[in-house]
Amino acid sequence: MKLTIDDLIVYFPYEYIYPEQYAYMCELKRALDAKGHCLLEMPSGTGKTTTLLSLIVAYMLENPHIIRKLIYCSRTVPEIEKVIEELKKLLDYYEKQDGDYPALTGLVLSSRKNMCIHPEVSTEREGKIVDSKCHSLTASYVRDRHNADDTTPICQYYEGFTVDGKESIIPYGVYSLDDLKQYGRDRNWCPYFSARFAITHANIVVYSYHYLLDPKIADVVSKELCREAVVIFDEAHNIDNVCIDSMSVKINKRIIEKSSANINLLERTVAEMREDDAKRLQDEYQRLVEGLKEASVARETDVILSNPVLPDEILNEVVPGNIRNAEHFIGFLKRFLEYIKTRLRVQHVVQESPAGFLKDVQTKVCIERKPLRFCAERLASLLRTLEISDLTDFSPLILITHLATLVSTYTKGFTIIVEPFDDKTPTVSNPILHFCCLDSSIAIKPVFDRFQTVVITSGTLSPLDMYPKILDFHPVIMTSFTMTLARPCLLPMIVSKGNDQVAISSKFETREDIAVIRNYGQLLVEIAANVPDGVVCFFTSYLYLESVVASWYDQGVIDSLQRYKLLFIETQDSAETSFALMYYIKACESGRGAVLLSVARGKVSEGVDFDHHLGRAVLMFGIPYVYTQSRILKARLDYLRDQFQIRENDFLTFDAMRHAAQCVGRALRGKTDYGIMIFADKRFSRADKRSKLPKWIQEHLKDSLCNLSTEEAVQIAKRWLRQMAQPFTREDQLGVSLLTLDQLQSLEGNKIEKQAQQKFSK
Amino acid sequence: MTTSSEEILLQVPHVRYKKGDGTLYLMDQRIAWMMENRDTVSISHLYSDIKTQKISPEGKAKVQLQVVLHNGVSSTFHFINRGGVQEQAADRDRVKELLQTLLPKFKRKVDKELEEKNRLLSTNPALLQLYKDLVMTEVVTSEEFWAQHASQYTQGQKSHQQDIGVSGAFLADIKPQTDGCNGLKYNITADIIECIFKTYPAVQKKYIENVPAKLSEAQFWTKFFQSHYFHRDRKYVESKDLFTECGKLDDQEMKKDIQHGVDDPLVDITTFEDKSIDECYGMQGEKPTNTGTVSQAMIKRFNQHSIMVLKSSKNKQIDPSSSDSTNVSKSQETNSISNGLSNKDDAHVNKKLRIQEKITYDDLNSNSDNQESSKAILNLSKVERYLHGPMPGSAAEYLNANEVSAVNRGILNECRQWQSGRHTTTPLVSPAASVGALGELSPGGALMRGFQEQSLAQLVPSDIEKEVRNLYLSLSELLNHFWKCFPPTTVTLEQKAVKMHEALNRFHGARVKPFEDKLIRELSPLSHHLTKHLNQLLNVAYQKFNNWQKLKMHR
Repeated sequence: MKLTIDDLIVYFPYEYIYPEQYAYMCELKRALDAKGHCLLEMPSGTGKTTTLLSLIVAYMLENPHIIRKLIYCSRTVPEIEKVIEELKKLLDYYEKQDGDYPALTGLVLSSRKNMCIHPEVSTEREGKIVDSKCHSLTASYVRDRHNADDTTPICQYYEGFTVDGKESIIPYGVYSLDDLKQYGRDRNWCPYFSARFAITHANIVVYSYHYLLDPKIADVVSKELCREAVVIFDEAHNIDNVCIDSMSVKINKRIIEKSSANINLLERTVAEMREDDAKRLQDEYQRLVEGLKEASVARETDVILSNPVLPDEILNEVVPGNIRNAEHFIGFLKRFLEYIKTRLRVQHVVQESPAGFLKDVQTKVCIERKPLRFCAERLASLLRTLEISDLTDFSPLILITHLATLVSTYTKGFTIIVEPFDDKTPTVSNPILHFCCLDSSIAIKPVFDRFQTVVITSGTLSPLDMYPKILDFHPVIMTSFTMTLARPCLLPMIVSKGNDQVAISSKFETREDIAVIRNYGQLLVEIAANVPDGVVCFFTSYLYLESVVASWYDQGVIDSLQRYKLLFIETQDSAETSFALMYYIKACESGRGAVLLSVARGKVSEGVDFDHHLGRAVLMFGIPYVYTQSRILKARLDYLRDQFQIRENDFLTFDAMRHAAQCVGRALRGKTDYGIMIFADKRFSRADKRSKLPKWIQEHLKDSLCNLSTEEAVQIAKRWLRQMAQPFTREDQLGVSLLTLDQLQSLEGNKIEKQAQQKFSK
Repeated sequence: MTTSSEEILLQVPHVRYKKGDGTLYLMDQRIAWMMENRDTVSISHLYSDIKTQKISPEGKAKVQLQVVLHNGVSSTFHFINRGGVQEQAADRDRVKELLQTLLPKFKRKVDKELEEKNRLLSTNPALLQLYKDLVMTEVVTSEEFWAQHASQYTQGQKSHQQDIGVSGAFLADIKPQTDGCNGLKYNITADIIECIFKTYPAVQKKYIENVPAKLSEAQFWTKFFQSHYFHRDRKYVESKDLFTECGKLDDQEMKKDIQHGVDDPLVDITTFEDKSIDECYGMQGEKPTNTGTVSQAMIKRFNQHSIMVLKSSKNKQIDPSSSDSTNVSKSQETNSISNGLSNKDDAHVNKKLRIQEKITYDDLNSNSDNQESSKAILNLSKVERYLHGPMPGSAAEYLNANEVSAVNRGILNECRQWQSGRHTTTPLVSPAASVGALGELSPGGALMRGFQEQSLAQLVPSDIEKEVRNLYLSLSELLNHFWKCFPPTTVTLEQKAVKMHEALNRFHGARVKPFEDKLIRELSPLSHHLTKHLNQLLNVAYQKFNNWQKLKMHR
């Protein structure tokens, strides 16, 4: 349908529309008009992606000078592929309506692992290996060598791309991963480099968060994107952790050992080169004198990991004199590595600020801050000069230089923690130096600064006011949308006690209590006996899952569970878990029904949907608090308190509840879907927890559902399931949770908006 | 006697049979024994006739092998290799193992059929009666009977033959009982054993290897219950029992499957991450590498168990998705999952399908309407009632006193009006006339004169009645087939007509005639009445046949 949003004609590739989609578009339009950032929460399964795409594409076509580019970031590869398919659908719809295809190009960018078409390289399954193999075939000096000597292997696809790929512009259309590969095969061009080249002029780019947030990758990939762009972070409820991860580094003994081996190798290579071809080292020296900018011009294939620091910060300066000479630099690295080695030789936990660390470096091994900042860049230059093709071998040393650069660049928002052993095994010496980022706003700041509009959206962003605080930005629009429903298709319940009235809770004091575990088991068995098809359970941690399963086995819970459904359990091995998941789906599809035990914060909880019969009930056993004894977390909490005035408990609860909401939200993927959500912990019924759930769940969590025993919950579930089993037709939905164009026009826009949203008020 | 086309699979010399020395041959169809220095086979059993083989226990002086046939006859072979007991046992084991692999192939065929027929007969009394009347009296042969007369039963069986899967909890259902003196007793049934074999083929293999050569069946299962297989919280790496190898085999199988990967891109969480930087970046702690705790092994085993249970039912049905076509999208999904990655294009198409499926919102599209309308919809006037059933507390269902009395009055009024309405209409028949008519129609009345005073039902004893019924059943079955042959357009139909005619004749002779004789003896007045119709039916058929034959002759 074609609808008008505030005088903008939007093509929506469906006949009907949900009221909240309409409201979402209105809000988004306002944010685009204001050229500001926004934060929008809309329940999962209400067609967020298609809404976003329809409005922004329409806006782009209408005002090509205001918005030139749409950068859509999502979390996992399947999600990225879904976005591309939705975009295809939308543009096809444009073609169907108008007769010609819109002049837009949309494409996806992914790692080499997913894009490579080289017959040998693409067979590798590990991303790192693919990268390094690709590098060994495409690096500039490898190609130079090939020009001199034909036997040096190179990649024909990359050669094809360099010959004529850069002159032509990819035709209008939408390219998924498979399309790009096909495109590459047809033309003998490397899809990865074609895509990387094409994103500078493509109108819509879809890729993973990391390509924008992680400076090590962003510097290579996303450097030349224009300012007039809209950036969307979809499924962004975890974005602060992604930011923090991208700036943190940790160093253990193995890294140290490998790096010293790396240094020795470097030393030898440099010495050899000094004898054979001293001129090259001299050239490099000259280049470094002239400045780093020149040193790294347009060598797109040479770098795997670029500078860990945000671009532009240091590249304008000249490399300090004391590390320009290759031998000097190696000596410098040796000293620094020795220093870190001594730091790891501790008996107790040490925590200090980057400033303290720098001072200590200076007093102990006489290394100043400035050369440290250039460490990463200097090493990259040296590796290039030495023509080392297999960079994976050098990754430990690269890591060390990244630490050096990071520690000397940032003094605020970071901390250094040295732990001599793991807390669980205090007798085993396993020293680790953590360089942790505490401030998630550091990594995302350039994104907010650089791009006109940044949209942060997800199904679970509540409480909304937390994100502007921890990401340090000022949204112009901040809204939470609810789900208009013609029938109560979600049934959230808080089960606080077992049939024996023992309170159930995963809090530390009671989690190992036999009675609590038994009650959890009984709850699950009852649910498995009464709910059809798939049932998914989430535990607070893997360790807890393990211990509960062991007790359940002893108590015979597992046996009675197996009588109703097949049992599958997430393991720590992803391949194994994928396999179990596949069979879980088979079991659900064959009608046997299955139970999946999984872990909150695990891979399953973050990326796998259990729609329709795959998840008729989700149980959350306990509140998924993060492991609070971790020093890194404590440091972060302190920082949040000092810098942003966020209380420890508020943050911990916020973090736990967003994960809980994320877990239970897995079951509901649309309005025709239905699912039970059981929060099995007494503490969920407290106001501070309950109020932090997303609005669309809270609305259905009536007071009468907040303090149930197992038996009561099962009774309610039974009745509700019978109700859900009734046929659900479009007529039921129309006008309430589904609108036609006529209805949309006849109803006042304002009214719909009000219906679908609850304005966030502070 | 051995035809040259037969292949000799194994030849074992020095085998004694009934005090004669000779050579034992295992052919591809049968087992045979030939006396030394003769060229004729004196013993020859088709594999399909062999019910079981038995061997002498370990440690007995004589190393023997016995084959028991279905008809109860058995032949015992004594191995007398001069190399000693070990050689003899080796000879015997060679024979035994080969037989073990051969027998099931033949056995299954015969047994299955027999079993199936038996089951059919026992579940269908009508069919059993037919079988008795037609086959046992040799009116038609057994093959003919199964091929023609029982075809609807056998085919009906085939069309919705569905294997019963394995219950997920079959191991848990084996409840141990204490035997009173510090021991445990496990009761297992053939069903459970079958479940175990189906789910864990490795155990079945072990069973075949070890029973009965090394262990008795009871010993085998005792060992099973002591092993890790049953106690899943034990690690089999540590224990060295019979089933350690099975565990390893299962693990290997699983590893192979896992390495093969998952075809569904939405499920394969190994490929979710889209970044390739080293492990030491980021905050997440290193993965705990201490895999191999008991509970982890147990978790793995639970997964394995569920997967194997699913696999056991999948192996049987080659094409599970086609069997139910009620839900198109569902079967598509299963297809996309179950199809191998053999074809890359296929995988792409599948992937695309899966993603498409995920991103389409059915309720936003207009074309999904027609699908829904075809569903049968439960028409409920009060959904609440359907959901809850009558509930004592639901006040809405009750009427207050006033309403009740109003309704009461209304009903009384209605009744009165109805009665008064009746009175006004003129009666169709006068009461006196109707009583008279009824009287005439009662036994002894004017209108009932032509009939016998007692009805047939009272005269015929129940066993005769039953026999008549059976006769009708069988005859109509035969006639059914007979009439189906007309008009005989093809040669086969002609042949069948002739055959059926013969069968009818036989039936007439073997069943109807004796029955008539019996009737004359026992119930003389009724004899003709009872079989009159049967004879009529037969005569019409004979006539038809004769006419047809005549026509054929003329032509």
